[in-house]
Amino acid sequence: MIAFPITRSNLGRAIVITRREIRDGMRDWRIIVPILVLTIFFPGLMNFTASRAVAFVTDYGAPVIGERLIPFLLMIVGFFPISVSLVIALESFVGEKERFSLEPLLSSPLTNLQLYIGKTLASAMPPLLASYLGIIVYLAGLYINLRWTPPLHLLVQIVALTTVQATVMVSAAVVVSTQTTSVRAANLMASFVIIPMALLVQGESLVMFWARYDVLWVIIFGLIMVNAVLVRMGVRLFNREELLRREIDEINLKAMWRVFSREFVGEAGFSPVRWYRIEVGKSLRKIRWPIAIMIALVSVAFFIGWQHAPVYQLPAQWITLIGNNIQLRDRLEQFGLFSARGVAVILFQNLRASLLASFLGVFSFGVLAAIVFMIPTGLVGYLAGQVALAGFNPLLFIGAFVLPHGLAEIPASILIGAATIHLGASFISPPPGKTVMDGWLIALADWTKVFMGLAAPLLALAALLEVFVTPAVVVAVLGG
Amino acid sequence: MIEARALTKYFDDFHAVETVSLSVPAGRVLALLGPNGAGKTTTVRMLTSILKPTSGTAIVAGYDVVRQPEGVRANVGILTEHHGLYLRSTGREYLDFFGELYGVAANVRRQRIGELLDRFGMAEAAGRRTSEYSKGMRQKLALIRSMLHDPPVLLLDEPTSAMDPQSAKLVRDAIADLRTDNRAIILCTHNLPEAEALADTIAIIRKGRIIASGTTDDLKDQLLGPALMELRFAAPVDGVAQTLSDVATIVEQGADWVRYCAASPETANPLILSRLARDGVSVFTLAEAPRSLEAVYLRAVEEDESALRS
Repeated sequence: MIAFPITRSNLGRAIVITRREIRDGMRDWRIIVPILVLTIFFPGLMNFTASRAVAFVTDYGAPVIGERLIPFLLMIVGFFPISVSLVIALESFVGEKERFSLEPLLSSPLTNLQLYIGKTLASAMPPLLASYLGIIVYLAGLYINLRWTPPLHLLVQIVALTTVQATVMVSAAVVVSTQTTSVRAANLMASFVIIPMALLVQGESLVMFWARYDVLWVIIFGLIMVNAVLVRMGVRLFNREELLRREIDEINLKAMWRVFSREFVGEAGFSPVRWYRIEVGKSLRKIRWPIAIMIALVSVAFFIGWQHAPVYQLPAQWITLIGNNIQLRDRLEQFGLFSARGVAVILFQNLRASLLASFLGVFSFGVLAAIVFMIPTGLVGYLAGQVALAGFNPLLFIGAFVLPHGLAEIPASILIGAATIHLGASFISPPPGKTVMDGWLIALADWTKVFMGLAAPLLALAALLEVFVTPAVVVAVLGG
Repeated sequence: MIEARALTKYFDDFHAVETVSLSVPAGRVLALLGPNGAGKTTTVRMLTSILKPTSGTAIVAGYDVVRQPEGVRANVGILTEHHGLYLRSTGREYLDFFGELYGVAANVRRQRIGELLDRFGMAEAAGRRTSEYSKGMRQKLALIRSMLHDPPVLLLDEPTSAMDPQSAKLVRDAIADLRTDNRAIILCTHNLPEAEALADTIAIIRKGRIIASGTTDDLKDQLLGPALMELRFAAPVDGVAQTLSDVATIVEQGADWVRYCAASPETANPLILSRLARDGVSVFTLAEAPRSLEAVYLRAVEEDESALRS
């Protein structure tokens, strides 16, 4: 467990690094020139653009465009200087490594946390100050030209948004910097930061022209969460040994396969019984917390669905199946139920959905996988709510329509979701002494064991039950 | 001061250092000799708590390298193979930065930086950016950095490698002074005369293992056999071998010289000299035949190679 003791002593030593790096940065024209341009020239240009655009659109009777453009440009003026922070942060560790100045620093009595804080502050502070200055220059110009002042809440939002965007970019870039072996590789990896940020700014632009400024708070909150994850990841992945040791970035498929297969086979050898008993059990124990999280999430999803039933109520005549049960079996057969083909279709669909959810989970620390698995239970909750609103017993609906196959399918979803959260979280928190890649491969082996050993067989059983048992129960309960 | 027991470091399947044990008490210098890639830097990095040993233990300045890394690092001064200065900083700024990182109080820092800069002839250059420094000046600045916090343990990797003879002597004198100051020093070097001049103990490391260690004399005896005495005569002489045969074993001889080894030179040499004087042979010199550390090193490597082959 990594503690985050932001004590005075930690900050004191960290700031020694920050001070030196800022002083060095201020002697580098590659940093100074863009900051000056983006702080003074660019806000001036935006100011001119805003004044002209407002005059133009007012002439054509569309002043609303001008009203929306001014806050939008305020956001852009704040964002542009912080883009410099990415460049500084990307080379924070790997740049020192390339210049051979990292080892003396790592040999000093600084803790990992002090080094991390010092570097992060050094990367974020100059561009952020430039950004605030740019905002001031832009607003001063607007006041002089148009007598326009921003509402206080908007100003607070833009400053907060600028700050969290800078810290997210810096935290992500510092992670990249600690995991690459050259500045060139770090710049290539920066796409993983630049592309999401570019998409985010586009989304924010829409919000600004839409004038739904309350949505900015949601974005700010989301970015704070992402930043917390990235900081945790940065501190956890910071490894002096790896920083000094790695000389080249390479994909060693043989070594990767060795790590994966060693973890997958474990102590079981070629005995499937031992594999189930020892290895699957071991992986299950590792994902016990993610299992608890998934159980909580699907329960929450069910209740959210239930709560939304009255909000988005279906017309009563849509709930006809329960009331109108003439030739029910024939109608169910039309959907492919009671047939082997139906089993194959459902199993294929469930496996495809599970694999896709897991794939999404890999790129989102498991979050998207959890959301995908929450959707079906949310829908069940919503439909149960509709049944109740239509005057029927929701337990009858759940017992007949969901439970027979759900007894296998829901645990399978929970297991896959949990294994995927474990897999996604391995990026943030690899096992002690393991590299990120080794940690990920070990988690992938756990995911594979859980999927092959438990979830896939449960999904096959669920498909059988869903095709032959659930419809039979429905017919028996409802008649027809 | 430095006690390492069976230090081992594996990088995946590569065995970088294998069961290395070292002991360097206060006031002593250990020279770690070995070819590139032998494991010297890995050993030093483990002793600085930058690399975690795969197995084995080490106590440096009273701190455990695994459990008390910050304590170790605070008490070790390290000169790394690449000095890696901050090229936009001046020499004084660079030293001040590291002094502050090591927690040296501002007034002490100022005084110590001044003293060390003077001692190494760097005072005039201290206000210039390090990018303007020559290789040797950069090396000296990095060495000053390693000594700035007055550490009881110094780990020096090639301290004179880039220096001109005058600067190298300055540094060697400084290391000798530091030894008398009761510090434990490990010196990684390829410069064998320097190692011989400065070190109390030599350890030869090869393929991650210590293949020979001891004082220079011990190693010479161990690897090159007992000391050889060399007698040089004022003029060519015949029949010396016969005269000496009962007190020494002749190893080599020429017209006006002879090399022999004796079980106890302290008693054999006076006896030999008196016999030669009795026989009217004029002795020009009697001295121990030179046995270089290079010969020791090469012999150690050769023996290890043949041991590995067999």
